[in-house]
Amino acid sequence: MARKKSPNHQQEGQQPEEGRRNFLKQSTLLTALAVTPPSLLKAAELRWDEKAASYFEKVPLALEINGKAQQLSVEPRVTLLDLLREHLAQTGTKKGCDHGQCGACTVHVDGKRVLSCLSLAVTLEGKKVTTIEGLSTGDQLHPMQEAFIKHDGFQCGYCTPGQIMSGVGCIREGHANSEEEIREYMSGNICRCGAYPNIVKAIAEVKKGGQKV
Amino acid sequence: MINFGYTRVTTPKAAVEALVKNSNAQWLAGGTNLVDLMKKGVIVPQNLIDINNLPLKEIKKDNGKLHIGALALNSDVAENDLVRQQQPLLSLALQAGASQQIRNMATIGGNMMQRTRCSYFYNPDMPCNKREPGTGCGALKGFNRMHAIFGTSEKCIAVHPSDMCIALVALDATVLITGPKGERRISFQNFHRLPGDAPQRDNTLERGELITGIEIPDNAFKDHFHYLKIRDRTSYAFALVSVAAAVSLQGDTIQDVRLAMGGVAHKPWRLVEAENFLKGKSASEANFRQAAAVAMKGAQGFGHNNFKLKLAPNTLVEALKTATGKA
Repeated sequence: MARKKSPNHQQEGQQPEEGRRNFLKQSTLLTALAVTPPSLLKAAELRWDEKAASYFEKVPLALEINGKAQQLSVEPRVTLLDLLREHLAQTGTKKGCDHGQCGACTVHVDGKRVLSCLSLAVTLEGKKVTTIEGLSTGDQLHPMQEAFIKHDGFQCGYCTPGQIMSGVGCIREGHANSEEEIREYMSGNICRCGAYPNIVKAIAEVKKGGQKV
Repeated sequence: MINFGYTRVTTPKAAVEALVKNSNAQWLAGGTNLVDLMKKGVIVPQNLIDINNLPLKEIKKDNGKLHIGALALNSDVAENDLVRQQQPLLSLALQAGASQQIRNMATIGGNMMQRTRCSYFYNPDMPCNKREPGTGCGALKGFNRMHAIFGTSEKCIAVHPSDMCIALVALDATVLITGPKGERRISFQNFHRLPGDAPQRDNTLERGELITGIEIPDNAFKDHFHYLKIRDRTSYAFALVSVAAAVSLQGDTIQDVRLAMGGVAHKPWRLVEAENFLKGKSASEANFRQAAAVAMKGAQGFGHNNFKLKLAPNTLVEALKTATGKA
């Protein structure tokens, strides 16, 4: 069945193509873009602010992922989750529901835990992203990873990267002061296997240990 | 997700101009609702205008009022010292909503603009007057357990999903708006609207009008308040019924009171008649029960949600008991 556009945003008699053209007319940059291969574009030089990307235009994007500066070029519809998994082959971050209901895709942006499935990559210009791959240093596991192993905080393991990223956030925010508080502030991470008691134990122990997370 | 054009703006003026110029554009703030709706195909914008870089994140005291910028994050507002001191009920309501990851993304303005979670609205294959006027209301005779009991019309029985907005309507907030015709202010009570014959309109904004912030007047509700949210699981679920209650007491006498309900109407549901009933009376369970009866006048169930006709008054009584230390 054909998908329908939201009625409030249709202008009668205007074809989609025409609407797009009008949108593009606003941008003087686009003539330059049209003749420049994306590979030659550097986001830093472009100043994308108040410029427009056309319908299938890729947008230059500079951000840092796990300490590494990335110069990318992405379609506007690409989420941070798909950027990580499909474009950069960093598959530690998991796609559970893809609709912001499970927490499996939790990563840190500028140190705060967010859902990568609802974050459009193009909105993250200049941000620092940390994923489960960036949590450990070399062969040294992060204390939260150690605690999850020790307390058997997972069964199938699919939600675990999100749980760990979220658990680190939970402690950083100062919301791990009791089991009850940990449960409340970890409620955005669903575990289909029901490993919750051990997840709570792992987070409580890391909090009690007082290591920097 | 269907692809779209993308642009960034850095001033409210540019944001308004960009939207007015593009008939099928949407502003993007935190994206926690819009991106989801786009993935579902409920909203298919041709262009997104990224407003995250607008300078609207400030939380400050302004002429005795608390001013919160539209792009302040839910989590930042909930944990802000000024908010906790001045408007603790708002902090409580914010923390009852969504999850910490979502609160770290979601903005105050976006929270006000979020669409209903009605499953018929969320499914483009279903009839829904809100999504597509004239197709009917699937919920009216369908699965309507989550739906409204107040202020409904035959066109729509959806509920507004926000927790924050329930506190804000109770606290007499004002919405600050800028648009093609300049700036204006609107009381929070008049911001969202009932479905009537136009459920596609969630609020009274005109196209091109942007929320720049909210203001909340100082009040005497810092000691006796509660936000009670009843839902299918303890956390990270939308309200079946929620109540924001704020009371100022002189001894055991109710000097002033604010009451609002969530999960029961197309807009945050302020209970002015119940408030008026309670003013000057003692804070007793018997009076709370009577106030709840006043509050429930005109309530109507649609089958699956008939339980709300009992749950709502009980929730109101419990919220008042907790707020006044009688629980």
